[in-house]
Amino acid sequence: MVPLSYYLILSAILFGLGVAGFLFKRNIITMFMSVELMLNAVNLTFVAFSYHLRQLDGQIFVFFVMVIAAAEAAVGLAIIIAVFRNRESLNADRMDLMKL
Amino acid sequence: MYQLLFFVFAAAAVGFAVNLLAQRHPIHSALSLIGVMASLASLYLMLGAEFIAVAQVIVYAGAIMVLFVFVIMLLNAAEEERTDRSRLARWMGLPLVLVLLSAITAILYRQVPPDSMVRFGDFPGQTAEIGRRLFLQFLLPFEVVSILILVAIIGAVVLARKET
Amino acid sequence: MEPNLQLWLIPLLPLAGAAWNGIWGKRRSERAVAAVAVGVVALSFLWSVRAFFALSEAPHVETYSHWISAASFQVPFSFYLDPLSAVMALIVTGVGLLIHIYAAGYMQTEGGYYRFFCYMNLFLFFMLTLVLAGNYLLLFVGWEGVGLCSYLLIGFYFRRDDAADAGKKAFIVTRLGDLGFLIGLLLLYWTFHSLDFGRVMSAAAEFPVESESFGPLTIICLLLLVGAAGKSAQVPLYVWLPDAMLGPTPVSALIHAATMVTAGVYIIARSAPLYVHAPDAMLAVAVVGGVTAFYAATIGLAQNDIKRVLAYSTISQIGYMVMACGVAAFSAAVFHLMTHAFFKALLFLGAGSVMHALGGELDIRKMGGLRRYVPRTYWTFLIACLAIAALPPFSGFFSKDQILWQAYSSPFGGFAFWLVGVVTAGLTSFYMFRLLFLTFHGKPRWETGSPNTQHVAEHGHAGPVPHESPPLMTWPLIVLAILSLVGGWVALPFLWGGKDWSQFLEPAFRLAALPGEAAAHHEASTELVLMAISLLVSVTGIVLAYLFYLRRPEWAASASMRLRLLHTLLVNKYYVDEIYRALIVRPLVVGSSEFLWKGVDMFAIDGAVHQAARKTRGFGNTLRKMQSGNIRSYAAWVVLGAILLIGFLVVA
Repeated sequence: MVPLSYYLILSAILFGLGVAGFLFKRNIITMFMSVELMLNAVNLTFVAFSYHLRQLDGQIFVFFVMVIAAAEAAVGLAIIIAVFRNRESLNADRMDLMKL
Repeated sequence: MYQLLFFVFAAAAVGFAVNLLAQRHPIHSALSLIGVMASLASLYLMLGAEFIAVAQVIVYAGAIMVLFVFVIMLLNAAEEERTDRSRLARWMGLPLVLVLLSAITAILYRQVPPDSMVRFGDFPGQTAEIGRRLFLQFLLPFEVVSILILVAIIGAVVLARKET
Repeated sequence: MEPNLQLWLIPLLPLAGAAWNGIWGKRRSERAVAAVAVGVVALSFLWSVRAFFALSEAPHVETYSHWISAASFQVPFSFYLDPLSAVMALIVTGVGLLIHIYAAGYMQTEGGYYRFFCYMNLFLFFMLTLVLAGNYLLLFVGWEGVGLCSYLLIGFYFRRDDAADAGKKAFIVTRLGDLGFLIGLLLLYWTFHSLDFGRVMSAAAEFPVESESFGPLTIICLLLLVGAAGKSAQVPLYVWLPDAMLGPTPVSALIHAATMVTAGVYIIARSAPLYVHAPDAMLAVAVVGGVTAFYAATIGLAQNDIKRVLAYSTISQIGYMVMACGVAAFSAAVFHLMTHAFFKALLFLGAGSVMHALGGELDIRKMGGLRRYVPRTYWTFLIACLAIAALPPFSGFFSKDQILWQAYSSPFGGFAFWLVGVVTAGLTSFYMFRLLFLTFHGKPRWETGSPNTQHVAEHGHAGPVPHESPPLMTWPLIVLAILSLVGGWVALPFLWGGKDWSQFLEPAFRLAALPGEAAAHHEASTELVLMAISLLVSVTGIVLAYLFYLRRPEWAASASMRLRLLHTLLVNKYYVDEIYRALIVRPLVVGSSEFLWKGVDMFAIDGAVHQAARKTRGFGNTLRKMQSGNIRSYAAWVVLGAILLIGFLVVA
């Protein structure tokens, strides 16, 4: 038995690590993976609260999150491939065509 | 026992996540992420969410991460270069993350009574119930999501197509 | 019921002439232009004569339509005919007609023929509006309009810088006077709640005499005096008139001798009921008039430009008229106005004739001996000089004598005013005959043989061999000379069956009868003695001029040597122009350009606008740096935003 707050703190830590990864890594695929990490952290929170409130809605939500994450990963990676073909680089710092 | 398991898997998750950040080659980061997901699946089991745990392994670790690895190999991703073009991210990144962390923690703490505990088996997984809910109450989101996947497939194919 | 006299025709005929010439005159021949211009003035004159004969006891007012109608402030278009305005209208149209005929000949070689006559007719329109107006506001319209036409006509030779500047100077200086006039109008309305002549005069007659304190009437009268001083070129606003001589000579004759400059006298005479109830203002008027008369005469002694001598003479003579108004001798002032119009216009036209004969020469030191060459000009000029020197039986004698007598005997006058008048009369005859002798007598000093190209072009021979002017120019001279001779005879009662000039004008000044006036008791013999003294002084002036400039010219040279300081002062017009420029013009110009232009406009206002633009651009620049295109920066901003939101949730 473990206090619920431990799960929540763990989730927060994972989320923070995901944010840090997104801010500090330069490879765009790695940044994308940090996003997946953030989503996972949130999933953990949902499941924890689902337990706490004894309701299944949290788990169903997690289900949908997963589906969407899958779709998003597919499309995002396709975009990364297309961008790679254009820019010849996976460095996020090189993708600044939107600069004013 | 439960506590021990929890800490083991929690430490694994955090460790793999840190490794994701520490590694320079994306393939190593991808493998670390798979490790995170496996740890999380175990944690889900400990929370009684059996269906979610299995879905995590099959969908996330099995499909999404495989996709990531495919792309990394396809693009022949190399080690990360040392460019640094964002002053904001460099200087403010760490403080921002820490502040974010503490803010989230503070909020989460408020929502939860401090003495609530997690016991194994208190909330057993009800996979059948989840299925029932999905096809009855949440039918519309379910169908919409399936169309979403279809659209995503088409989009991905179009985007990644070779220009001939 | 009096018949409607259609008084509006009198000013509107010249306006029609101005419009016709202005719009279509450019393509017409000179003859057509002159015919139209002179024709409308002639018609206007005839109509004025008709109006004159239709005069009755009470003033005849014709109201046409409403002009301003704002609750209690009602100003209609109304014309007012009484002996004063009838006389003024006759002078303006009559002398104006003669000058127009003269100008038809004079301006033939000057260029801009149609423009000249357009402006001249326009001027007559405004001047007639001024004298016939039935309320102060319509009078002010005419007042401003004649100022405009004066500017246009002084600057007629606009390609010359000095002429254009003179036009501007005239307009600006009279503007100062107009400011006083306008404030006076406002006070007038505030006091009487009407600007209509009839109502204001009858209300003023009810007012108590303000002898002790400065009441509203005094202030109004002083302000009107300021306006009159500007328009009539009195001290200290006279500086524009000598420079105005840069305009064509007919303009100087019409505007700056006979009509516009008399507008100030007219308005003081018209406001007589107000003035007699404000003795302090009357004193100011008399002092201004007397000082101006003497001062301008002294300057005229030393001038060498033929037109400038006449200009200062004009200022001096109008000073006489103003002084006469100041001693409540209104009918005498108007009398002198009339005679002065005759002989001063004649003098100017004669000067134009001389200039025409000598090919444009203005310096009297370069003239001389013209008597034989331009006889008609000479004799008419001589008559005018005799008139202005106030020798009987010429017109100037009667009018100036009346002024001098009234200056002495009126309850508002005194010995000092009479003395100033007499001394000035002596100076007047001196400088006028100096002018005559230097111009027409003695040995010729003009250069022969220096070809005047304009002269060659029109006459086919080089060099000024003076010849008489054409009949178109000499006939008006003759008519004016006759008028200068007989014009004063209106003051002789026995000619008119017992009714003399002042009685004729009396209805106009009835309301100006001094309340409780103790009829000044002077013997008739005193009047004769004074008349003799002034006559003696005038003749002395003539004799002295004869001596100094004809018999012993070396006396003139030695006198100017010995009195060199005074002479320099006079020749340079007491340096008044220079003083004005240093004290008033330069500070204004410097203040405007340094402080207002550079300081306020460029630095503050433009600076504020530029700063606003610069700051906006700078802000935009700063914002632009956020859009770096760098994904990681964007991510950092997102995290920051998320923290803020969460913080908001934590706190609130």
